[in-house]
Amino acid sequence: MKRRNFLKKASLGSMATIMGIDIVHAAAIPKGYIPLLFQDNDPYKLFGKDEEMTLLNDKPWNMEAKAHLLDDKVTPSKYMFIRNNGLVPKNIDVSKWTIVFDGESIKTPKTYTLSELKSKFKHYTYQLTLECGGNGRSEFNPPAKGNQWTVGAVSCANWTGVRLRDVLNDVGVKEDAVYIGYYGADLHLSQDPNKDAISRGVPMSKALMDETLLAFQMNGEDIPLAHGYPLRLVAGGWPASASGKWINRISIRNIVHDGVKMTGTAYRVPCKPVAPGEKVTDEDMCIIESMPVKSLITYPKSGAVLKNKRSLEIRGHAWAGELAVSKVAYSIDFGASWIDCKLEKATNRLAWQHFSATVNFPKEGYYEIWVRATDSNGLHQPMLLPGWNPKGYLNNACHRIAVKVS
Amino acid sequence: MEPEKEEFRSQVKLIYRYLVMTLVLIAAVFIGVVTILIPKEINSEYQEIVTNEVNIDPSEIVDGIHIPTGFQEGDGLPIVIEACTACHSAKLVTQNRATREGWIGMIRWMQQTQNLWDLGEDEEAIVKYLATYYAPEQKGRREILTNIEWYDLDK
Repeated sequence: MKRRNFLKKASLGSMATIMGIDIVHAAAIPKGYIPLLFQDNDPYKLFGKDEEMTLLNDKPWNMEAKAHLLDDKVTPSKYMFIRNNGLVPKNIDVSKWTIVFDGESIKTPKTYTLSELKSKFKHYTYQLTLECGGNGRSEFNPPAKGNQWTVGAVSCANWTGVRLRDVLNDVGVKEDAVYIGYYGADLHLSQDPNKDAISRGVPMSKALMDETLLAFQMNGEDIPLAHGYPLRLVAGGWPASASGKWINRISIRNIVHDGVKMTGTAYRVPCKPVAPGEKVTDEDMCIIESMPVKSLITYPKSGAVLKNKRSLEIRGHAWAGELAVSKVAYSIDFGASWIDCKLEKATNRLAWQHFSATVNFPKEGYYEIWVRATDSNGLHQPMLLPGWNPKGYLNNACHRIAVKVS
Repeated sequence: MEPEKEEFRSQVKLIYRYLVMTLVLIAAVFIGVVTILIPKEINSEYQEIVTNEVNIDPSEIVDGIHIPTGFQEGDGLPIVIEACTACHSAKLVTQNRATREGWIGMIRWMQQTQNLWDLGEDEEAIVKYLATYYAPEQKGRREILTNIEWYDLDK
């Protein structure tokens, strides 16, 4: 045996001993590959998350809230879902953090330090709804692969930063610009430095909106590490994957950005409706832009038992991607009748809106409270699952909680 | 001119020889250190790797679940642990459901885009395990509400 090979295998063996597990077929594992050491860090402590949050995945970290945890009008970090595609960057040195602007449609590439960004451009704060494109995936049938989000991959925090538009004006963008694509410091899961974990983006029209920020603060503090510290692109109302974390480069493209998870089936749905389980070719998949109308009952928690009373205060939030929510109604008879809720206006465009109602139950028994929001174009949330799609995106079926009146 | 060139050449040769000798010496010391320092148990484990013997501690199986990973106990589990948790969490597997074709599709996708290596003859065992223990469930167009934890709201 060649000594080099022996040493390679011996070191894998040593690693296996350290991990307390056996690695079979070590020889088949590519050279330079470091097997997964289970991250022994507690994500709840590591990222300051509430213990009631649900951990879906620990490599990469993926965690979601439960509906009742999202009761705050402005989502605190401890209840904010985490959707990571790669590995959280380590040893971030803020004093050396830079962001490069390049791409075909840039006049001259330009680099800013983080402090230059902060000092050169005006700061804005917006409350912005970020929902994972796959929120609700767990309900699709046939099932779709990926993290099986239920209802809690949505948040609406306050984001502070500079307008991407202001920075792009300073950089100088050519007239043929079509799309921006971001790049972040998160490493691909395979630890291959030549692979991006994710590199998505938005069309110029979205990039130039007032509310599209290069943010450095969340809820008035430095952005938490899991949510993109020290710099995050925030494009509210679109799949949250468009809001790239740990941003260090933005390319201005003269084509639709073709980075990782922009192409194929990622964050895309069939361009025309398909039957459940139907095969769809990549060419027939279209990029998700604005998220659909949706709502959550955040109080009470599902499973409430009412004794000695027949009325119940309910509340929650509703949002509609780029649009506003025009109406929220509830039903306690499985959709046979609907009663309007009180609906507040949004703090700003792209922020979720709060609804509330007093529900009166006619008699004892088992009830489900369903809530259905309507967007400013008049579209309702469906009560059943919306159109099946291969990757299980855009499930905006109405939220339901169970209540017993005794 | 000529003798100077000759002398230069011989000096280069000498330096080259010294360099090679030094490298050989370093290599020899390195091999020696490695041979002494690598304990026997690692060598024997290396044997296990080659002979494809896999040990799962039976005490780690509780109610049919392999506690460290969360995988269901079943034929092919060791090879599944090896192949499926190298890059990502076991949780990414256990929260998913798919048919045999669906799981093969995911393996191909990982091979094409995520640096998953050729699984060779292990692939059949892995696919069989996954399609058996993580098969799709028929949910209809909307499931009834399940796992409701009832609580007294007035309290």
